[in-house]
Amino acid sequence: MNDALRLKICDLLHENAKLSPETIARMLGETPDVIENTIRELEQEKVILRYSAVVNWDKLPVNQVTAVIDVKVLPQREVGFDAIARKIYRFDEVKSVSLMSGGYDLQVTVVGRDLREVSRFVSEKLATLENVTSTATHFLLKTYKSDGVIYDDTDGERRLMITP
Amino acid sequence: MNTLYDRLSPVVRNLPPSGIRRFFDLASQMQDVISLGVGEPDFVTPWHVREACMYSLEQGYTTYTPNRGLPELCVEIAKYLTKFGLTYDPSHEILVTVGGSEAIDLALRALVCPGDEVLIPVPTYVSYKPCALLAGADVVELPTYAEHGFRLTADALERAITPRSKVLVLCFPNNPTGAVMDKEDLQAIADVVLRHDLFVVSDEIYAELTYGSQHVSIAAIPGMRERTVVVSGMSKAYAMTGWRIGYAAGPEPIISAMLKIHQYTIMCAPHMAQRAALEALRNGDDERDRMVESYDRRRKLIVAGLNEIGLPCHEPRGAFYAFPDIRPTGLSSEQFAERLLLEQGVAVVPGNVFGDPGEGFVRCSYATSVELIEEALRRMRAFVQNLAYHPVR
Repeated sequence: MNDALRLKICDLLHENAKLSPETIARMLGETPDVIENTIRELEQEKVILRYSAVVNWDKLPVNQVTAVIDVKVLPQREVGFDAIARKIYRFDEVKSVSLMSGGYDLQVTVVGRDLREVSRFVSEKLATLENVTSTATHFLLKTYKSDGVIYDDTDGERRLMITP
Repeated sequence: MNTLYDRLSPVVRNLPPSGIRRFFDLASQMQDVISLGVGEPDFVTPWHVREACMYSLEQGYTTYTPNRGLPELCVEIAKYLTKFGLTYDPSHEILVTVGGSEAIDLALRALVCPGDEVLIPVPTYVSYKPCALLAGADVVELPTYAEHGFRLTADALERAITPRSKVLVLCFPNNPTGAVMDKEDLQAIADVVLRHDLFVVSDEIYAELTYGSQHVSIAAIPGMRERTVVVSGMSKAYAMTGWRIGYAAGPEPIISAMLKIHQYTIMCAPHMAQRAALEALRNGDDERDRMVESYDRRRKLIVAGLNEIGLPCHEPRGAFYAFPDIRPTGLSSEQFAERLLLEQGVAVVPGNVFGDPGEGFVRCSYATSVELIEEALRRMRAFVQNLAYHPVR
């Protein structure tokens, strides 16, 4: 197993999931077969979980609000934070869950149709879970950059068309 | 009565106009053109560098700097050059210039007298010849060939030397061919240079952009330091073309002579751009290396694509240009470039503008996005296939 190659493939696909195995093969100086096999391997091993587009939802006529919730929990014997995290991430409304260092334990991202829906989820579902000791809900107002992508990027082609 | 034009300096009047100009005008009028004709990075200067410049403005660094450049920048440049085995005294042997271009001009003006011969391997970047002519020198072009990977051979150099030969201009990694000179190649050239007591102006602006091998500077070859001016700058490695910060490194007497011209004509390179360069040299290596890796991937993509189309392309080992052979199409470089532009909306630069041996080739810059490279390759394939059905007579 070639770790360097796997890393390079993931790097390229993370940047642009639409790259074909043929293109990747050329860019890395490998054969398409090698690339296809490695990608299949990465998928089977769940290194690559899925392919998706980075969407700026603000530009679409959708009603949705996103909240980032700081959750404090009591870790449980033997399973630590995992059991409670698992309980939280199974809700469809929950888009991401991460264990944090610092002032709180889990950072939970929730998406709902409106403020009320998210509040209801927090107060009825999240805050009432056993071992959850407190929540602090922050509503997301605007995304400037996410996962390395600048949303209002104005960087276009500024170079002259032909230069020596 | 003499016209105004007749009264201009004959040296300037006789300078050939840039071959790129006409083509640029043509391309600029067209819509939906994919340009592979751009000789600069497609990255914007890294933010930390731009931010350092803004901070310098906030701090009021708007004055002249010493003629030679900011002392701390000279120190950073000297430190940087040690990676190629070069040691220079930052207070006497480094000069910060307005782009590598100024350094080339200064070096040639400092070194040549009217009637001296300047030897220039071609195809190459378009400025050396005019700068040599403006300095009053005669230019002797040394053809390089695809069969030798567009490297200069000691033999070709030896054969061109006359009692008037004074300066050899090297540009490796090369624009437009992407050729790189290995240590043995340079050693052979150095032997000839030493035997005939020549100077070398070595434009190493693409030194960071090599793929699979480390750049070797001819100044690092024993005996060459004392007769070589190394020219480089921030433009290509750090995506800083518009900042115009270059530099020259060489033995004190030559750098002092260049400094003399520089202080009367330029005074100093822009202060805030020098501050930005300082930031790039101190903290820009990771970003630079990422950009180089990205060029490398696109290099492989375009070279494989061009070869598949039937435009044989030697492996460019440096810079960010592919230089495919378009002779199988039966077209000249200019016909190829012009028809490709008009028929498929892809701009490349005809190889002959870089010197006669560039005829039969075109320069394709791969400093552009993967999507555009692939689309350009599709269009070029269509263009070449169409030619095959309608052969040129």
